[in-house]
Parts: sequence; C-alpha cells; structure tokens
Amino acid sequence: MGLLDSQFDNSNIVITTLDNLLNWARLSSLWQMQFGLACCAIEMMAASASNFDMMRFGVIPRATPRQCDVMIVSGTVTLKMASRIKRLYDQMSEPRYVISMGSCSNCGGPYWEHGYHVLKGVDRVVPVDVYVPGCPPRPEALIEGLLKLQEKIRSESLVKKSA
Amino acid sequence: MTSQQICEKIRERFGPAIREAKTEGVPNPFVSVAPENLRDISLFLRDEADLACDSLMCLSGVDSGKGMLGAVYHIASTAHRHTVTLKVQVPAEKAEIPSVADIWPAANWHEREAYDLIGITFTGHPDLRRILLPDDWPGHPLRKDFKVPEFYHGMKVPY
Repeated sequence: MGLLDSQFDNSNIVITTLDNLLNWARLSSLWQMQFGLACCAIEMMAASASNFDMMRFGVIPRATPRQCDVMIVSGTVTLKMASRIKRLYDQMSEPRYVISMGSCSNCGGPYWEHGYHVLKGVDRVVPVDVYVPGCPPRPEALIEGLLKLQEKIRSESLVKKSA
Repeated sequence: MTSQQICEKIRERFGPAIREAKTEGVPNPFVSVAPENLRDISLFLRDEADLACDSLMCLSGVDSGKGMLGAVYHIASTAHRHTVTLKVQVPAEKAEIPSVADIWPAANWHEREAYDLIGITFTGHPDLRRILLPDDWPGHPLRKDFKVPEFYHGMKVPY
C-alpha cells in the first residue's frame, strides 16, 4: 500500500531525505511538451489517450515550454525543425529531460543516408536522456521509456558525487 | 474524348510547337511542347468547349539528367472526364518555364515546389518563393548534381 493511501497512527510526520522527496515529486509529475513531429506523434497521442493513459504517471501535455519537464521528440527532425527544437529546449526550465522517440529522432532512421533535409539524431542539438527504439514505437514502448526516465530521476541527487 | 484524340487535336492546332507526341502504346499519352507555346496550349485546353480541362491534377518537376530539366502537367476535365499530359523540357543552365498559375490556380504551390526542389524558374509566377525548405537552403536538392552540404547552421548533415 502506498504512503499516501495509508492512515497515520500517531502524527503525520514522515522522515525522508530531501533527495528522495524532490526526486519523487519530479518523477511523479513529468509534464510533457505538447508537440509532435511525424508518425511517432500518432503513437504518442495514443499513449496519452484512454487505452494507455499516460496521465496515470503524471504526464500532462502542456502547450508552453515554460511549464514542461520533459520533451518527447516524436518523429523525424528536419534541419528546418532542429533549430526550433533547440529554441524550445532552451526555453524549458530546469530540471528538464528529453525522450527521443523512434528511429528518426534517434539516428535519422530511414533517412540516414539519402535524407538531405533530416538531422541524423536529435542528440546533435539537444542532450537526450532516454532513447526509445521503434518505427514507430508502440505506446507500451514509449511508456517503458518514460519509466526508464523515472528510474533515472529516482537516482538523482543534489549532492555532488565525489570523484 | 480519349487522350489520343486530345493529343491529335493539340497537334492539329499547334503543329510546329509540338516537339514529341506519344499517343500509342503508353498508358498515359502525352505531348511534349516548347516552353514558349505552353501558355497558349494551356489556355486552349482550358477554354475550348469540347476540351474544358478545368483541373490541373499534378505538376511535377523532373531532372532527366543530361543537363535537361522539365515539368510534367497532368490535366483533367471534370465535365468530360478525360485527361491529358503535357511535358516541357528546358536546358538546366536556363531553366525557365512560363507559369500557368493564373490559368490553373492549383499550379501556384506546385510550381513553388518544383522551384524549391528542382530549381526551375517559373516566369510570371505571382510569388515564387521556396515552399518546403528553409529560405537560406543552398541549392535545389532533387537535382542529380546536388551535393549534400557538410554543415547547415552548425549542424552536421551527413550521417
């Protein structure tokens, strides 16, 4: 049973580390940037819709980068779009995360050789936390990527790691 | 009217302007016309009562290699339900074809696309800008001799 579902016996004091609290807060409300680039965006929308319901993980699409925590790059990144993506990423407040969804955004996908207009991987313009393979990935795969990101956030710390 | 008959009708009217006509043994009979006669033939196709070609279904830019560029016009009549294909070829170093955007408004964006990707200048077009690629893109990427740039705005382009 989860912490918040249970009744407290004595008083409502919970002892935890600040790291745990912040990480729990961050990973439980990953607001997603509301934009899609290509066919992967259809799968992303399916993941948001009632069958898969990404909102149960706290993922809510927001239409402004200033309210977003995670950018899901869902589709082919053209060179024309790449500078816009960079700008949107720069406008997001920290901490910010990027999920690269699908082969195109991972490495150029089917356009890797003859796509004169395609950026061969969105990691050439923004840092990527999780890569989701597939063409396009099923909603389950995107949710798996989201859970991987949550795992990553869960292990973050405010304390600098000693070398 | 069949496409063959339309091609024959064009040939009757604009005999010397026809460079090539293939009406037998091909799925889409076509006439290849000189660029300076394109507008006259287009107006003839549109305005003649028994042709009444009121719809430009598709306009394609073509780089056939050997230094020749071209445009292919697939034209149809919604009233008579017949189709005809026109072809125009120009040398790549002077790739200018008169615009038909005022004859069939559908040509407007198609000609911009052919200009963007193949680099054909459609003279008389009301607004000949790039339609897909960024305005500062170097060259016309669907030409056979196009070389992909190494970098675009600091982003590496090849894999």
